[in-house]
This record gives sequence, structure tokens and C-alpha cells, in this order.
Amino acid sequence: MRFAVVQFPGSNCDQDCVHALQVLGQEARLVWHEETKIDPEEGVILPGGFSYGDYLRCGAIARFSPIMKSVKQAAERGQVVVGICNGFQILCEAGLLPGALTRNEGLHFRCEPTWIRVETPASRFTSHYGTGEMLKIPIAHGEGCYRASPEILQELEAQQRVLFRYCNAEGQEVREGNPNGSSHNIAGICNNGRNVLGLMPHPERCCEAEMGGVDGRGILLGAAGVGRKI
Amino acid sequence: MKAREFALKLGLTEEEYGKIEKGLAREPNENELGMFSVMWSEHCSYKNTRRELRKFPTTGPAVLVKAGEENAGVVDAGDGLALAYKIESHNHPSAVEPFQGAATGVGGILRDIFTMGARPVAFMDSLRFGRPEAKGEAGRRTRSLIKGVVSGISHYGNCVGVPTVGGELVFDPAYEGNPLVNVFCLGTLRHDQIRRGAAKGVGNPVFYVGAKTGRDGLAGAAFASRDLTEESKADRPAVQVGDPFVGKLLFEACLELYAKPDLVVGVQDMGAAGLTCSTCETASRGGSGIEIELDQVPQRETGMTPYEILLSESQERMLIIVHKGREKELKDIFAKWGLDAAEIGFVTETGKVVVKAAGKVVAEVPARLLADDAPVYEREAKVPAKLAERQKLDLKKILPAQPKVREDLLKLAASPATGSRRWVWNQYDHMVGLRTVVRPGGDAAVLRIEKSGGGWVHVAMTLDGNGRWCAQDPREGSKALVAEACRNLACAGAVPLGLTDNLNYGNPHDPEIFWTLREGVEGMAEACRFFDLPVTGGNVSLYNQSPAGPIHPTPVVGVVGKVEEGVRLVGGVFGKGGGVVLLLGAEGGGGLGASLYLQEVHGVLAGKLGKVDLEGEKKLHGLMRGVLKLAGVRAAHDVGEGGILWAVAEMVMGEGSAGGEVTIPCGQGERAEEALFGEGAGRILVEVEEGVVGEVERLAGEAGVGCKRLGVTGGTELKMVCGSVEEKWGVRELQKLFTESLPRALEGE
Repeated sequence: MRFAVVQFPGSNCDQDCVHALQVLGQEARLVWHEETKIDPEEGVILPGGFSYGDYLRCGAIARFSPIMKSVKQAAERGQVVVGICNGFQILCEAGLLPGALTRNEGLHFRCEPTWIRVETPASRFTSHYGTGEMLKIPIAHGEGCYRASPEILQELEAQQRVLFRYCNAEGQEVREGNPNGSSHNIAGICNNGRNVLGLMPHPERCCEAEMGGVDGRGILLGAAGVGRKI
Repeated sequence: MKAREFALKLGLTEEEYGKIEKGLAREPNENELGMFSVMWSEHCSYKNTRRELRKFPTTGPAVLVKAGEENAGVVDAGDGLALAYKIESHNHPSAVEPFQGAATGVGGILRDIFTMGARPVAFMDSLRFGRPEAKGEAGRRTRSLIKGVVSGISHYGNCVGVPTVGGELVFDPAYEGNPLVNVFCLGTLRHDQIRRGAAKGVGNPVFYVGAKTGRDGLAGAAFASRDLTEESKADRPAVQVGDPFVGKLLFEACLELYAKPDLVVGVQDMGAAGLTCSTCETASRGGSGIEIELDQVPQRETGMTPYEILLSESQERMLIIVHKGREKELKDIFAKWGLDAAEIGFVTETGKVVVKAAGKVVAEVPARLLADDAPVYEREAKVPAKLAERQKLDLKKILPAQPKVREDLLKLAASPATGSRRWVWNQYDHMVGLRTVVRPGGDAAVLRIEKSGGGWVHVAMTLDGNGRWCAQDPREGSKALVAEACRNLACAGAVPLGLTDNLNYGNPHDPEIFWTLREGVEGMAEACRFFDLPVTGGNVSLYNQSPAGPIHPTPVVGVVGKVEEGVRLVGGVFGKGGGVVLLLGAEGGGGLGASLYLQEVHGVLAGKLGKVDLEGEKKLHGLMRGVLKLAGVRAAHDVGEGGILWAVAEMVMGEGSAGGEVTIPCGQGERAEEALFGEGAGRILVEVEEGVVGEVERLAGEAGVGCKRLGVTGGTELKMVCGSVEEKWGVRELQKLFTESLPRALEGE
């Protein structure tokens, strides 16, 4: 499958996403934020970074960029959209996913491998995994504390839209396994149509053994529709 | 004010003023004097150290761009790839404004690297502060400096998307009044992509690109070339303010620009001394002149005087000269990235930098006079009066009658000076770019660099300094740290290619300080020559002293190397157990002089390092690289500060590491503490599988390097025997102290 990896000024995981997708045998092209064209058969990746410097609120300016209109349309058409880290923040700001990402508890930027647990295989992004399967995937963010109203959290849970949750090495959903204080230990969610994924951990950073692991491959392959399908 | 008086006020000397007047053949105006005061400062001209720096070996088959030629040195990494790298200090700015001081240090070195045409791919930082656990105001200030500097580096480095992959963090009272913030950056490029900072081609347009000019950082280079005093806070305006977002756009735009065939003539970043430095240096290198119009310079504030525009050190700005007629191509690229690109002048054949404001000449100076003809001083050097006294060491007066090794190791593990640096590197994105193969925390970081035709070259890098060693014996200390840096690379299977140095010292007008500097340079130069290691540039930071006194003499070296073909990279910690622990290298501890052990456990800085055995080091490094090509090697770790027992402890304190049982050789007449904590000798610990022990022994025999079996790994305890001393520790107990000491010292308010 071909992916359009959106390049905002200040994106810095764009090349990494392209590389990881190519390693996985997928096609990828960079799309400048001022462009507007996304092909109907493409998937979209909003990569990590600091779009527009993120001086206001992460993702707050990026959502107004010309490409985001097309990304919204693609999402509405049911195309795959994946927001990683800053991309997740942008999806929330753009209203494609509910809730918001706020400063980490402890206030420090944190870059480290974290354990996340697959909550349900019922999405293309998790179709390579079983329920409760543990993945070790790095995070790198200062604002990854997921927050939403109790109603939204309830809805996300009821609709099984929490796809990934932070946990400890034993797979338990506990405080010590939660690197940023996210509500319900949320690491990644999808939209109601289950075609839009937002997650803070970086799957593109663990698609090659030399980079310290391959636990992220299934997420990107699933996004590409390779392998198991729902 | 008379010109002469104004010159003195700016910090120029009578002699220097005379030289300027003679060079111009007239009285200089204030703008011109401002330009000379920054260009002839130590920071820009190395006027106090140039004679010493000439002692470094600077050439070698791998050197593509030599020290002093350009913004950074470049070495050949094979396969058409090259590495551009350099270290630079931001000590003074970080002392008065830690966040911005450190952040702009990162931004500054970043520009030095992409100016060379390279894509920046890694940072490392060498940081030195006072003791964070100190009581009262001193401790509070130190903690706030540490947090400020770390968040400044994190802010800039993370945002520009360049990983911070290693470095060092040292706490010593010697740095309480004057912290050290040295930042290293590495970039990669192909040989044919190397850019030069020369203004050539009469009539070619000179562009100013990047952020707008403001009043920040006025004459920062001159500020950095003075002692820090109580009044230094008033120099805050001399500290620049960084914008990593613009820094990121600027380097992406520049790299896109360089990719256009035959478009760019010359590039120079505007760092220290801003517009002044970039115009006179490019003109001087090109053997040409430059004429600029200040009214064309994008300005952030209104009413700026020519003097302010010329001396501003506003960040994220570059000077670019392109071929005439191709201006639009440059403008289009910078417009895409949303950055200013203003044509401010053109290249001339006059050999002069001519500065106009509203069409009127406000400064006119021969470029060479400003850039290259700064006076060079021979400073007086004198052996410090108290040195011999300080080098005496009477262990009987310091060590207890019966060794207390158990308590000693627990003390080391619990000290923030030796504790895990995870708190720091977790705040740095050390993985972005998908190149970091060996992450922070080990002896050397390793990056993979993509070859043009596919496949990877692996590059290892390390930063090392040791003020304690150099304070007690500047010559041997400096040799030892070059040896240690090369040993760190050897643990990653890498052959060193080049070295960049940051010479951090006090006021050079003090003959005792100048002597330590000279000794340091000569020691480093000797070691570099021995290891065939060219010095490709770096930085000199003098005047590092506060009312409390000068810092320890602290040369810091950054060494980059290439991992040999066939090397299997391993970590520096024990695996799950069942391995054999071998000691490669000398058997003795090398004595406790100037050791971390004496300072941390007994509060004593005394004695000096033993003589560095460069020959033995070289053999050891070669052996290590050979051993890493064997299957069945699990871990390798350099024995450095804290000696062999601390090195073993570090190997059990990794995440999920097993314990071990080791017997550490104790020489005739040697105290157990000397054998266990002495850090004077070049040694490496390896964990290997039983089946490969014989092969390692054979290689060691061939290399003429000692190889001693110390014990085995496994279990949940670290057990140690050394002569008549026998002790054990729980691995979990050590791990807990090790991981918690630094956060506890910093978060404790």
C-alpha cells in the first residue's frame, strides 16, 4: 500500500516513517503541508515532531494547514489515517479523534521504551496481535498525557476504541507502567470508524532488530492492510 | 569618547588599539572598534592559545577538512561518506541563563555542522556542575543550573529532530561558580557535498537567511572572553535566545539549497560575532571583499544602530553567497520554508569588508586584518606553586586500618556523582532519525549511517574529560583521557578517525593556569600522535573562573571512529548469567592518585595518576576490536573512574542484569582499595561464553596483552574476593541506589 507521510514545518519523524514503511515493503511519499492532494487509495501518516514549533499547543496550528482539509476528507472516506506522537496531537486538535494530550505528569520530556498492551485485535491496526499481547515500543514526548471527559472515556471503552494501553512489564495496567499520567493508561485510540489511529508510542522506531526490536511492525503492516484482516 | 578610550572600554588593549590604527592607517570609528573587539577576542581569534594549538597533529589520511580551515573538521568514513563534527562550549551563557545558554549552545554547534554541507545526525553533551546535594544556596543554585541546562538541551535538540546520544555529567565543587556546558554535534555527508565558507566571484550576491536580527547576544563573544563575576548577571543581554523551530527550518532549507547543482558559492553561519564574523571570514577565506547594506538586514526591532546590527548574536542566521543570476532559486527555497532571505550585498575584489547604512559607509576594514591578523600572545607559564604538595598522597592517613569495601561501594552507588544518568538522557530524544544502534549509557554511542548504494557504515563516538586527573597532573591527565576515549571506542569495535577538543581553563593571564593549559595541550598532542589521531578542530574556553576561583583544568575530547567490519556490537552490562568475566589489559589498579574513589568516599583530592602506558593501550584497543569479532562475546566495558570494582558494579546494575562472582587480583604490597578502585591503568572487562575463553586468551597472547579470568556471571548477588577481603552485595540493592541517586539529589528541594 502507498502512504502519504505529511511533512509539516517542524516534523522530524517524517523520514523515519518513510524508511520504516519501505523496510516493511510499503510505498511512501512525503507530502508538504501546503499541498492538498491525497489519493483515494492512499493511507496517511501524520508523523512525530514539533509542527510549527508547537509553541502554542501541540498540533494547534498544524490543524489549520491546507493538507489537513484533505486528511479529514480522506478519513471521512474511510481511508487509513495514522497519527504518531505529534500526529496524534494534531488528530485530536483537528477533531478527528476525541480528547487532548497535555503535559506529561512530572513535566519532563521522556524518551524511553515503554510496554503497551494490545486491548483488542478488532481494528486493522491491531489485527496482527491477540488481546493482551505486549509490545515494547519507545515513546519520545513532553505532552503525551491523554485527557478526555468521563463521558468520552466511557464511550471509548464501551466501543473498544482504546487499542493500546501502557502497562508494566507484567502486563498490568498500573501507575508505574504509565509514563505520562494518561487517563486509563491510554497509549492509543481509534475513531468510531476504526480507520483513524492516534498513538503516542513510535511504531516506526521498532521495525528493525538493529533498532532494538520489531514490535512496531504489526501496527504499520496492519495499517497497510497486510496480513491478517478483520 | 575618544577612539582609544572606547577601544579600552571594549576590552581591547593599548597594543591592540595601536595595531588597529596602524592597519587602517587612520583612527577607527566606534563600529569598527566594536568589530575588532569581538573578532580579536579569545573566543574568535584564539590569540592566547594559537601558539599552543599549533602543537596538535592535524593531518592524516582520513582528514578531508583540517582544523581551522572551516567551521568544523571533516574526516573520511569510507564508501564515499564523510563525517563533519565539532565540539563547542557555552559555559558563560549557561552560567547566567542556563536554559537559553544551553539551548543556543546546541543551536550554534548545529549550524557549524550543517554549514559544512552535512546533515546533523547526533549530539553529545559534556556537562560539569557543582554538587547538587550541597546544602543551602549553593546546592539550590546548582540544582537549578542542572535542570535548566538539561531542559535547554532537551528543548533545542528534541525539537530539531537530532538525537542526543551520549555525553557526560560530572559534579565537582570546582565547577560550582562556573559550570561547563560543552556540546558536540556530528553530521554526515558525501565527499562531494562538502561546503566551504569562502566568498568568491566578484559581483556574486551575498544573502542573509534565517531569523531576524535583534539586540540579543550583543558582543557575546567578548562576554565569553572575560571572568565570570558577581556582575555577570548584568550581562544577560549578551546571552542569545534560541528558536529551535527556526533552527530546524533553516537546516532543512540549507540542505535543500545545497542539493541544487552549482548554486551555492559559499556558506557561513552567523554565530559568535554574527554578521561581522561571517562577512570578514568569508571574504578573508575567498581572498576577496564584501560590501553590505545594513538597511537590507531583516530586523526584529526598530531603531537598531549599525553597531548593534553588526555585533548582534541573534540565533538561526546564515550568510550565503550564490552565483549571480540564480538569486530566485535561493529565494524560492527559503520562501517555501517560511524564512527571510535578503540580498544584503555582494562580493568585491577590494579585500575589504565595507558596511553601509542608508548608503553611507559606517565601517571599512580589511577582511584579513579583522579575521586573521589578531595579535598572537605568548603567555607566561609557571608551574603552580602548590602542585607538588597536592600531588603527595599518604594513603595511611586516609584509608582505615581495615578496608571497608562493602560500605565504600555502597557509597559510590549512592552518590549522584556516579549514579545512573538515565534521568538526563530520558529527557533527550536519543532515537529520532533511526540511526542510534547503541543508545546512551554505555562506553560509546554507535550510529548507523546509510551508504549511497544501500547498506550501513557504523560510527562510534564518545566524549571524555576529567578535571580531577588534569588538576593533579595536567599532562598525564590529558593523555589519559585521550586514551580513555579511544578505549571507549574500542569497546564498540571502532577505530578512531578524528578528535575534536574543547579546552576549558581559567584566566590565561595567570601564569599557573597557562602552564596547566600548555601541559594539557602537549599531553593531548602526544597521545593523539601516538594513536594517529588528527585533531580536526574544536574550541577554547578560557576565563572559566568565578570569585571562588578557577575551575579544574578541563580539556574535553570528542572522538569519532568507524566500527570495524565484522564487529558484533555488545552492551556494557551482564546478561542473564552463565558467562565468564575476563579482564583485558594491565593487572594492577594503577594507584589511587586523583581517583574518584578518594574524592567520593574520603573527600580527598590528592596524588596523581600513574604514567599512561600508551603502547599498552594501543595493543589493548586492537585486541578488543578483535575480540568483538568472535561469536560468544556478551558484554564489554571500559574500566575508568571508580576502578575495576565500580566497573563490575556497573555491569551488574543494568536492567535485568545477573550478578556475578569475581576474584580481583591484588598486587604485592597493594592495598585492596588500590586494586579495587585505582583508575590509573588501561583495562577492559568482558563477559564471554565459556566456549570462547580459549580464543580470547589466544588473541590476547598474540597481542601481548594480559587476559585474566576473574570469575563468572549469574545469581542475584555480586560477590567479590580481593586478597583477604571478601564482600557481597545484592544486585537489586545496588541497582536501586544507582538508579535513584541522581533523581533524588535533583528533585530534593
